[in-house]
Amino acid sequence: MAILESATAAAAAKPLSDNVVTHAEVGPIDNATGYRTFTAGDFHFRRDEYFARITWPAGGSHVAPIDAFLRALMRDVAWGFFYGTVNFDDVVGTVNHYGEVTLFAGTYNDAYRDAGRDFSQRFPSEVLGPLFKEMITDWTNAGYDPFAAPMETGVPWGAKNGSNLEAVNRVRVAARRMVGLPGDTPVRTDDNGFPVNRMFADVDQRQPLVEAEPGFEGEVSAYNLFGYLSRSDVTWNPSVCSVVGESLFCPTSEEFSLPVDHGNDRCEWFITLSDEIVWDIRDKVTGRPRAKLVAKAGDVSCMPADIRHKGYADKRAMLLVWENASNRIPEMIAAGEAPNVSVTW
Amino acid sequence: MGQYQTRFGSMADYAKGGVAIINDDPKNYVFSNVFEVAEKSAPWERVAVAKNFEYVIEAARAEGTSPWYACAHDEFVLVMDGQVEVHLLKPATPLVDAGQQGAVELADMPDGAKMGRLVLERGHQGLLPAGSAYRLHADNVSCVLIQTIAGPVTVQKWADICQS
Repeated sequence: MAILESATAAAAAKPLSDNVVTHAEVGPIDNATGYRTFTAGDFHFRRDEYFARITWPAGGSHVAPIDAFLRALMRDVAWGFFYGTVNFDDVVGTVNHYGEVTLFAGTYNDAYRDAGRDFSQRFPSEVLGPLFKEMITDWTNAGYDPFAAPMETGVPWGAKNGSNLEAVNRVRVAARRMVGLPGDTPVRTDDNGFPVNRMFADVDQRQPLVEAEPGFEGEVSAYNLFGYLSRSDVTWNPSVCSVVGESLFCPTSEEFSLPVDHGNDRCEWFITLSDEIVWDIRDKVTGRPRAKLVAKAGDVSCMPADIRHKGYADKRAMLLVWENASNRIPEMIAAGEAPNVSVTW
Repeated sequence: MGQYQTRFGSMADYAKGGVAIINDDPKNYVFSNVFEVAEKSAPWERVAVAKNFEYVIEAARAEGTSPWYACAHDEFVLVMDGQVEVHLLKPATPLVDAGQQGAVELADMPDGAKMGRLVLERGHQGLLPAGSAYRLHADNVSCVLIQTIAGPVTVQKWADICQS
């Protein structure tokens, strides 16, 4: 997701940290399953018909159902490691340092850490990112779309069976100013490949009335955001629709469950635009439950900078994710110069 | 229509969720509802419902005709309920300093060139372009969100609107 492009570009100019690992390798095809293996530093990744299997030094190992693993990996790849921590599950995930990324096992799990069984390595983003991209490409079979709601795609199981390059290579959507402006991200239509989703068949598709005087056609502009969201072909994938400086409106459509436990490194705001989303909120570091949140249409909530969250939606819902993309914020919060919650009273 | 019904809220019909605390302070989630905020606000009172450093999202009860506003940077209006008309005008001379953050309320309609008009219904998002002046109008009580920066017209009354 292009949300992070400015932060990552700024970070790319910085010299690498002393402790980064640069070894990444795509392994040979497994004779039994047809899938490739992958190595990132001392982490090794292998998939079989049902599972992703991850190992690391001192006997560390983890097994993840392949459907859940691919959905999480797809977001991590498409989001460029996103803001903060992307927990694939309770054991494995990544932390974005904007230019570098930590791959971890057990680091944000109390039991692993207390037992000294956690392990992590830090990589240049330009090393781990392409490896993860190769992994999602190789491990995704024909007919399976890790971005789609489970009821709207095929199954990921079984031995290697073709690929789905169209799904894993989707073009990232990031308006520079606002969707629909000349030269900016276009509105979605049937003709450009975005039919209305089955769960949003009742959403009004009429566009607003726009009357621009001559010479102001590029500035007098509006579009149907709810119609735009009703035509999203992906779930849990915030896309920039309007921009005020570092303030990014990133609405998205949500169905089933957020494939990752997102650990915040800054405040992130949610406004539920339609239907209902339930959020489980846990401590970012320990993973211990802190709150549950039920968000209905019109509800506003802040996700503090020291939590992780996972959402659930039965009926496909529209969610406005609001981000402040400033790359100064994580450092300010870590240094105690900014609070974990952006509003106090 | 298919078998699914999409549930949008409105000022006349909304159901509010909430935060159930396990081990935390509910105030950390700054939980509110835009329809409730608009319902309890004066017309065109621009109440911050979300804030992240200098940036805010304002909720407003759109009713009748708003004052004229000017802003040095882009803002965006999203209609959450009802219908809102936006009138845009290019001032003959700049009305606010280039570095001014947030919208500024004007005493009267400024001199300038008419830019155009938007008629927005629920779910429609419109651009309030940098350097323009604008006025909103709603025949019936409506609700809007505005993506902007905190400024002179932003009202912050978190204790009144949030779960605690």
